[in-house]
Amino acid sequence: MNHLDPNRHVRGESQYLDDVLVQQGTLYAAVFESPLAHGVLLSLDLRAALAAPGVARILTADDIPGHNQIGGIVPDEPLLAEGHVHFRGQPVALVLARTEAQAHAALKLIRVEIDPLPIITDPRVAAAQGELIVPPRTFRIGDSAAAWAACAHVFEGVAESGGQEHLYIETQGAYAFPTEMGGVRIISSTQGPTAVQRHTAHVLGLGMHQVEVDVTRLGGGFGGKEDQATPWGALAALGAFITKKPVKLVLDRMADMRMTGKRHPYSSDFKIGLDADLKIVAYEVTFFQNAGAAADLSPAVLERTLFHATNSYFVPNVTATAFSCRTNLPPNTAFRGFGGPQGMFVMESAIAKAAEELGVPASEIQRKNLLREGDLFSYRQPAEMCHAEQAWDTAARQYNLAGLQAEVEEFNQQHKLVKKGFAVMPICFGISFTKTPMNQARALVHIYSDGSVGVSTGAVEMGQGVNTKIAHVAARTLGISVNRVKVESTNTTRVANTSPSAASATADLNGKATEMACAALRERLLRHAEVEYTLNYEGLEIHDEQVLAAGVPADTTWEKLVSSAFWKRVALTENAHYATPDLHFDATTNTGHPFAYHVYGTAFTTVTVDCLRGTYTVDALRIAHDFGQSFNEVIDRGQIEGGAVQGIGWMTMEELAYNDEGRLLSNSLNSYKIPDIYAAPAVLDVHFLDTPGHPKAILRSKAVGEPPLMYGIGTYFALRDAVRAFQGHTELPFSAPMTPEKVLVSLYPAFVGATSIAVATNN
Amino acid sequence: MISFYLNDQPIRTGEAPASALLDFVRYHEHLKGTKIGCREGDCGACTVLVGELAPDGLTVNYQSMTSCLTPLGNAHGKHVVTVEGINAAAGQLTPVQQAIVDEGGSQCGFCTVGFVMSLTGHSLSDKPATEKNTIAAIDGNICRCTGYKSLERAAATLTAQLASRPTQNAVAWLSEQQFVPAYFKTMPDRLAALRTAVAAQEAEQSATAHGNGSSASTVSPSGHTQSQNGHDSSAANPFAHPLLGGGTDLLVQRLEELREQPVRLVFDQSGRRGIRQEAAGRVVLGAATTASHLLESELMRGLLPHLPQYLKLVSSTPIRNMGTVAGNFINGSPIGDLTIMFLALGASITLANPAGSTRELALPDLYLDYKKLAKTPEEQVTEISFPTPLPGDFFHFEKVSKRTHLDIASVNSAAWLRVENGLITAARVSAGGVGPVPLYLARTSAFVVGRELTAATVSAANAVMQEEITPISDVRGTAAYKRLLLRQLLWAHFLQFAPELAVDELI
Repeated sequence: MNHLDPNRHVRGESQYLDDVLVQQGTLYAAVFESPLAHGVLLSLDLRAALAAPGVARILTADDIPGHNQIGGIVPDEPLLAEGHVHFRGQPVALVLARTEAQAHAALKLIRVEIDPLPIITDPRVAAAQGELIVPPRTFRIGDSAAAWAACAHVFEGVAESGGQEHLYIETQGAYAFPTEMGGVRIISSTQGPTAVQRHTAHVLGLGMHQVEVDVTRLGGGFGGKEDQATPWGALAALGAFITKKPVKLVLDRMADMRMTGKRHPYSSDFKIGLDADLKIVAYEVTFFQNAGAAADLSPAVLERTLFHATNSYFVPNVTATAFSCRTNLPPNTAFRGFGGPQGMFVMESAIAKAAEELGVPASEIQRKNLLREGDLFSYRQPAEMCHAEQAWDTAARQYNLAGLQAEVEEFNQQHKLVKKGFAVMPICFGISFTKTPMNQARALVHIYSDGSVGVSTGAVEMGQGVNTKIAHVAARTLGISVNRVKVESTNTTRVANTSPSAASATADLNGKATEMACAALRERLLRHAEVEYTLNYEGLEIHDEQVLAAGVPADTTWEKLVSSAFWKRVALTENAHYATPDLHFDATTNTGHPFAYHVYGTAFTTVTVDCLRGTYTVDALRIAHDFGQSFNEVIDRGQIEGGAVQGIGWMTMEELAYNDEGRLLSNSLNSYKIPDIYAAPAVLDVHFLDTPGHPKAILRSKAVGEPPLMYGIGTYFALRDAVRAFQGHTELPFSAPMTPEKVLVSLYPAFVGATSIAVATNN
Repeated sequence: MISFYLNDQPIRTGEAPASALLDFVRYHEHLKGTKIGCREGDCGACTVLVGELAPDGLTVNYQSMTSCLTPLGNAHGKHVVTVEGINAAAGQLTPVQQAIVDEGGSQCGFCTVGFVMSLTGHSLSDKPATEKNTIAAIDGNICRCTGYKSLERAAATLTAQLASRPTQNAVAWLSEQQFVPAYFKTMPDRLAALRTAVAAQEAEQSATAHGNGSSASTVSPSGHTQSQNGHDSSAANPFAHPLLGGGTDLLVQRLEELREQPVRLVFDQSGRRGIRQEAAGRVVLGAATTASHLLESELMRGLLPHLPQYLKLVSSTPIRNMGTVAGNFINGSPIGDLTIMFLALGASITLANPAGSTRELALPDLYLDYKKLAKTPEEQVTEISFPTPLPGDFFHFEKVSKRTHLDIASVNSAAWLRVENGLITAARVSAGGVGPVPLYLARTSAFVVGRELTAATVSAANAVMQEEITPISDVRGTAAYKRLLLRQLLWAHFLQFAPELAVDELI
């Protein structure tokens, strides 16, 4: 089928924010950032900057006509710093100038005086000092404290996973225009147009109807533009509102990296108990989430960590507690998986710890404890249409699990300086916004009198192929060629009160709404055909643009039918609303039915470690994944491959580094590395599991955006396996990412011990 | 005036020579297919092709370059191709574009044009396409969405298609197959005409420049007419103007500043090209030699057979097409890959001053302290030379970084060794990332000379080496890691030279 966007992408014709033709009189904005991570803002000297060539205006918190507040969940985040600064890179002032270069040059002339305050970068330190974003949450099932006594084996440990820079290749930005009624129109690179609209209205003191947000597409989002596109949209709008001129704000790469939040780093304590049969009896875990300086989406991310704390396993006694810790880093935010990966990493660490101590393969413990039909998650939703064992067993058959494991063992016996490692990573991921009210969407469908179709929804295209899927749903429901369907830009005046494109749920929610609108239009047209062409409504359908009566072509086609309906004054526009049924969750008891369904899968990872240099390659990632009934295998395979490689990056080379002053050290593409073509696994097989899909998934094709990221976690454990084949110690910390440095240091622990002692002596 | 072809259009512009080609293309010519990702050559979203007329005047050699780091002045006389310059009429896709679409190689699309251009450049290359070199053509392109497997499949499709590309008249075939539009066939003649016209114009301007006090142009020491962009530089010594080679370091570090002033463009200077062997047993490289020139040099590959695999670890194809060896030396990064290689090769540089006199400097003597060089700003590297290695000599380069390719080393190291009858008779070992400058490890090198090639010698050499280095902890690794890693790389050198060394004694 015609995958709509890529045809334009390869010709360079797709328009992104920075490609929008510039209007005359446009001012360019640049953000003056806090140079310190924490302190009292004493004074701001703008005189020299205001006198610089081309500078039109410099805006500070004092210029905000409405409320200086853009916090989405907790109102704790000013648009421009006021009184205090809480992280390095926090926006303090906005320079507006005639050219981009002039705006950036003026930044260097601004003087700020800040009285420094103590800086916290470590979430455990923050927790110890009571610096919490929201009160801690605990998910509980059974009685873990009472269960330890019944366990044959109990192991404890600490697991740490690092942050992750989104590294959408298109940086953040917005372009705002004053409108004639004193409002603003914003072209924004955002996953959440309504969030930009709502916060901008709040900042400007306007009704939401005065703020229009339009999104054509994003050059990547991955969660980084869910909440964190808002400041740039609101700042550009503030500039346009005050100067009455168009204002364009595009962050350069290093500013984007400094000023925006990332995936949350976590530090966690775990305790796991197994019976003599290696069944997991109890699991206790405490998560310390590094939230950064403001809430952003951290409480929601934290909640999803708790939902996924036991990954794909049934554990009867669970106590999972999570702290969202306030530190002086940029507010961390959504990133594909949204806390799920962090929770699963700890569970897999606990299993690996048990396996290493007991001297059994981790896969033995993993397989024995997989979820089965009807098993309860800690939040009391049962696993329904559960494919955890099917995914594992199919992968084992398809890829010969025993053979892969034997191959690694044999290789390791034959090689001294090169070792292979292997790991299995089963996944289970819940689909829906865990905040139940967000599971709603609308679609506005126009059939034009020539038979062409325009669809507007709240979905934002960011490479996940949602526009193609929606076009396909519309074409299939109406019975016409997909080439007649145009998916419009995402615009708050056409579809209002939207949820962000996130939580893997965009195609499900907006696809269902589209399906409903198109079904209503189809019915209306067929009712019209019944009268107009004297046909029996029963058995009427539109197929391949032909009207069929009981399977026989009638004397009308799609085009004729639409035209005649128009002249007979039949409404050719429909608006539909979809709200996922049967969802509920009680955040006081932490129980309910938060997910429409779960997605399952299993991945096998094989790696090779060069034990001389500490470098490694991911040889193969073999996946069996539950797509349900995929209706676009190219898109769905692409999501699996891309998500898995992103997960591998998180677990291997992507190392976010801040110093104690809260300064980002990994601040550009030359110091923060994401996988390149040679870092992708040499083999990446994706097997489409034979599953029926789920009725709450669009056309029974299950959500596919986030789940594959977690296959990457297997790479960490495969690397650990290879290291242990060379250096059989069990004292290896559970600390991701497994960079070449960590691998080498793990291979030669004695050297580093000796060196640090020598260095300490020298000092 | 800078004159060149942008797609099928002639361009004459007075924009600053040190401004980025990317900005010219996007904001001056409004060709928006070329995207901005990082502005430091690390993502490839802005990749364009730059074609240069071959010496025979009959063909154009196209190379992929990241336009964010390409000084506009380096486009002078060339054919710059953006995606708009390869798009076929009526929305038809080229085979490169079609393969990417068919395999799902484009998701968000922001990096896609970079891949299209790199692969189109590869299809214009005169080397037979293999799966390996087709993938290598996109080694400078980063994609955050796809995980690359779909792009690998597209590359495989393309490789198969290119198997039927003839060696003669390839452009005619490529145009017939719609890889490139038909106007590509006319480019050799158009570039030849441009070359003639530019030469005539520069000769004329040079003759009149002195008689016209208000001239907006002067002739730089390179002989290339340059715009002064309204800056009064009549009093300034043109030899004080910054030297700009491929731009791969300077346009990352000093773009804003450089585009406000006149510069000397190394690529415009005649006689700076070429790699030759001199009778005196030395190999000589012109100062405009790029990493790609090294890679393609029969002479270099003959002398150093593993050089291609080492150079694969140095940045990426587009950056190697732009960055010069001399630029790597002068940038003075403690971790410069080429610098580390040439330190072990025993290289010297020839520095010329404005008066035209030259001096030789051994490469280790260039480095005084972090980014402090034993050269005046007016001095320019004109040549690089090193003693021709003998056939039995060992030369080995090691580099470890977070990401194996397209990354800056945590530690890199090179070793050159001559062994006679089991005795090391000469040695040069260098290391980067373990001190404020790229280090020639003089004591370590001296230590091994005269000793037997044994594990004990290597172990003892490590002890000497550990005393000779002063690594610090930074984003590329802790000091302790760098010490350990360099030890491992030293072992890797010797295990490469003498695989029979007892591994157990080392580790």
